[in-house]
Amino acid sequence: MMQPDRVTRFLAAPVLIVALMLASSGPLAAQVVDTLPHSSAHDMSWGRETFVLSEVLEYAPSGVNRPVNYDLLAWTGGAVNRLWAKADGGIATRGSRLHGEYQVLYGRLVSPWWDAQIGVRVDQANEDGSAATRVGAVAGLQGLAPGWFEVEPSMFVTTDGNVSLDLTVSYDLYLTQRLVLQPRLESAVSLRDEVEFGIGRGLSSTSFGLRTRIELRREFAPYFGVVWDRGYGRTAQFARQAGGAAGEARLVAGLRLWQ
Amino acid sequence: MSDLRLFSRVSRRSFVRTAAVIGAGSALASPLRASPPDALLDAGLRPLPPAPNNVRQYDLAIAETVVRLDGRNAKAVTINGTVPGPVLRFREGEQAVIRVRNTLSEDTSIHWHGIILPPEMDGVPGLSFAGIRPGETFEYRFAINQAGTYWYHSHSGLQEQLGHYGALIIEPAERTGPSYDREHVLVLSDWTFESPYRVLSRLKKQPDAYNFQRRTVMDFFRDVSRDGLSAAVSDRVMWAGMRMNPTDIADVTGATYSFLLNGRTAEAPWTGEFMPGERVLLRVINAGAGSYFDVRIPGVPMTVVQVSGQPVEPLETDEFRIALAETYDVIVQLPEDRAYGVYAEAMDRSGFTAGILSRSAGVVAALPARRRRPLLTMADMGMDHGAMAGMDHGAMEGMDHGAMKGMDHGAKADTVASTGAAVDHAAMGHAMPAKVPAATADAHAGHDMSAIATATLRAPGTLPVETPHSSETHGVGNAMVPMSTKSRLGEPGVGLGGDGRRVLRYAELRSAEPWAEFRAPTREIELHLTGNMERYTWAIDGIPYDQASPIELTYGERIRLTMVNDTMMNHPMHLHGMWMELENGHGNRSPRIHTINVKPAERVSLLVTADALGRWAFHCHVLYHMEVGMFREVRVSKAASGHEGHHDAA
Repeated sequence: MMQPDRVTRFLAAPVLIVALMLASSGPLAAQVVDTLPHSSAHDMSWGRETFVLSEVLEYAPSGVNRPVNYDLLAWTGGAVNRLWAKADGGIATRGSRLHGEYQVLYGRLVSPWWDAQIGVRVDQANEDGSAATRVGAVAGLQGLAPGWFEVEPSMFVTTDGNVSLDLTVSYDLYLTQRLVLQPRLESAVSLRDEVEFGIGRGLSSTSFGLRTRIELRREFAPYFGVVWDRGYGRTAQFARQAGGAAGEARLVAGLRLWQ
Repeated sequence: MSDLRLFSRVSRRSFVRTAAVIGAGSALASPLRASPPDALLDAGLRPLPPAPNNVRQYDLAIAETVVRLDGRNAKAVTINGTVPGPVLRFREGEQAVIRVRNTLSEDTSIHWHGIILPPEMDGVPGLSFAGIRPGETFEYRFAINQAGTYWYHSHSGLQEQLGHYGALIIEPAERTGPSYDREHVLVLSDWTFESPYRVLSRLKKQPDAYNFQRRTVMDFFRDVSRDGLSAAVSDRVMWAGMRMNPTDIADVTGATYSFLLNGRTAEAPWTGEFMPGERVLLRVINAGAGSYFDVRIPGVPMTVVQVSGQPVEPLETDEFRIALAETYDVIVQLPEDRAYGVYAEAMDRSGFTAGILSRSAGVVAALPARRRRPLLTMADMGMDHGAMAGMDHGAMEGMDHGAMKGMDHGAKADTVASTGAAVDHAAMGHAMPAKVPAATADAHAGHDMSAIATATLRAPGTLPVETPHSSETHGVGNAMVPMSTKSRLGEPGVGLGGDGRRVLRYAELRSAEPWAEFRAPTREIELHLTGNMERYTWAIDGIPYDQASPIELTYGERIRLTMVNDTMMNHPMHLHGMWMELENGHGNRSPRIHTINVKPAERVSLLVTADALGRWAFHCHVLYHMEVGMFREVRVSKAASGHEGHHDAA
């Protein structure tokens, strides 16, 4: 069973982001009623915004330990300079398995399509009563590659000196004006073993998701899909040693939200 | 729950649209039913009674008012309680005194669009004056020295989207030109039940949030069966490679907009009277915040007699596109005693509005079939031109700025100055210049600085020549630059033409009278219209207004204002305080306008005589583009010592 304090700790990041979401939706909802903020002249600048997105927020009833997985991001700032926050992880609803990667980044638009980002990342993992944390610096890119691919490569250097590379690529395929099929690939490469995190050196894991969402509103899109996770090499070995499988396929149902 | 309301609205509208599209193939859409004629907007049959002491006064109250729009209650910013505001009528030669009382809880303003007046009366907060504070009354006073169809609107925040606009009609001191028996003012606009601030916020977060006309997988299969697999694939690869969307015609669409004619939708349309056989003048104004309209009366030819309030040689057409902030006067003669529909379709075909010309209420007019949404083409990227003819799609795959930078045509300064040589006025004609050889383009682009100093500007009133884009890519706020830009004044614009209907083109417009004085410009100012759709960063030369310095003009000088549209969207550019003469190949018959639509990848030039001292606005009239900085101050000042080179050549 999960300990209440652990739940609090591991839920902190997603809860923070959802709270941000609600907070930013408050004034917006109010604006619909009161259309006139107190400004005189035209703004006539690229302005500032706050954006919160749950790209992934889903339940996997067929997954091991029935996890709720999430991939959330938020930014605030102008068109060029932004402060970013990201949270990517999962919480098992059966058992005590939890993992999460939390990042706070400064990003700058370095080409019309690409933000360069640099900041700190904290990873946490909990498996069968043992908790692990690693902290480090992260640098990456986020943007749109030719072909309309959303691409997000990053490099994470931990305080212990390990280096890992992550890459996320996704694509939105509009089946109709509101029905969107999204293939999404996440992969990770580690320079060293990170036994506490179940990560082996080399190409450690890939996760390929195929999700179909219906954009009831652009901001509100329930989805369902299937996700294939796979560990490779020593990562797979660690998983088997822990009594699990090197990979799994699971059905997911979730919500893609932005505000 | 406002969100739920919005959602149900979007669903309903898209359902309506789907139904309409399905119906389009088989028959006409549902008919329009005439409402009782609107007396308020039916003025203009009789000449204005004379104003006491030649001073004509209006009192306008700006207020937040709940009005009935599209069958729903809407909180609008009204002028004297209505959307649009009252039609203000003047006679040329009168003194206007307009007292504007602000009952809002925020500042407001009124700009008199197209009126030549002192800068402090122009109504742009921060440039002309401080704005009108809540509870305050501002008195506008200016002499009316022109005639024609104009309009007025707020220049504060996004109030224009909320209904703060109206028509301004000036009768000529002496009526000249084509005769007419009756007139109607048609104010086209767009309305959203969302807060415009929320609209802008959504655009910044997901710029295509309102585009429900994307190319889908279904479209791909249709294209495969029509054009073959390789053509369909290479077309998709080309667009995706550039990260451009060919359906990106309008930022804000019928997904949220209700399109209005005189404040009414086609469901309860505005109705204007006429008697069969009468010549009816329609004064058409686009007071929208984000929508271009294509206007026609199916089966009835229209004779265009005025553009931007200024008389042009009468020109018969079946349809015309009216960009934001433009005005067109057309005369129609309706032979039969029946109802005629005036149909105004949004440029992206996401919706339409319509009105009725009819002698009695309750009769119906047929609506034409909806047209399919158009697609942007290679021409909108400046890639269909001769120089690019040999280029295949493969070469464009993954084309990026890096590749563009490789095309070095010489770094071009944003402002190209040139000494004015005496240009033989007789030499200018209707000649269409041939494509400029690459070497000349290089020199013109400033590759060879000595070439600039000795260059002679081409004759006034002639079309610009096709010019490869320089290596300047205008920073991160600009997504792409066209390979080459040229005049597109002879083209009808995206989604028009090719259906047998005559469509008005800028290249056809000729001023009703030749200009007695038609000086050659002494220098050229080249401005690039830029934007990055992904970031919603619209600007001029890649620099938003808050970071830009003014465009400096010397009083009395004559400039050529060249605009180059580096984006894939149309931009209606408006200059305050001074006329622009559109160089469309007709020499001293160049039409005089206050707003010019610049098509994607177009190079357009206009002559401006800096005859109005002061600080003036120059901006894109897509309200959301202006709001994010597609705006410049134009400052006209007396020549100072050390400012040589800007003197008159004439």
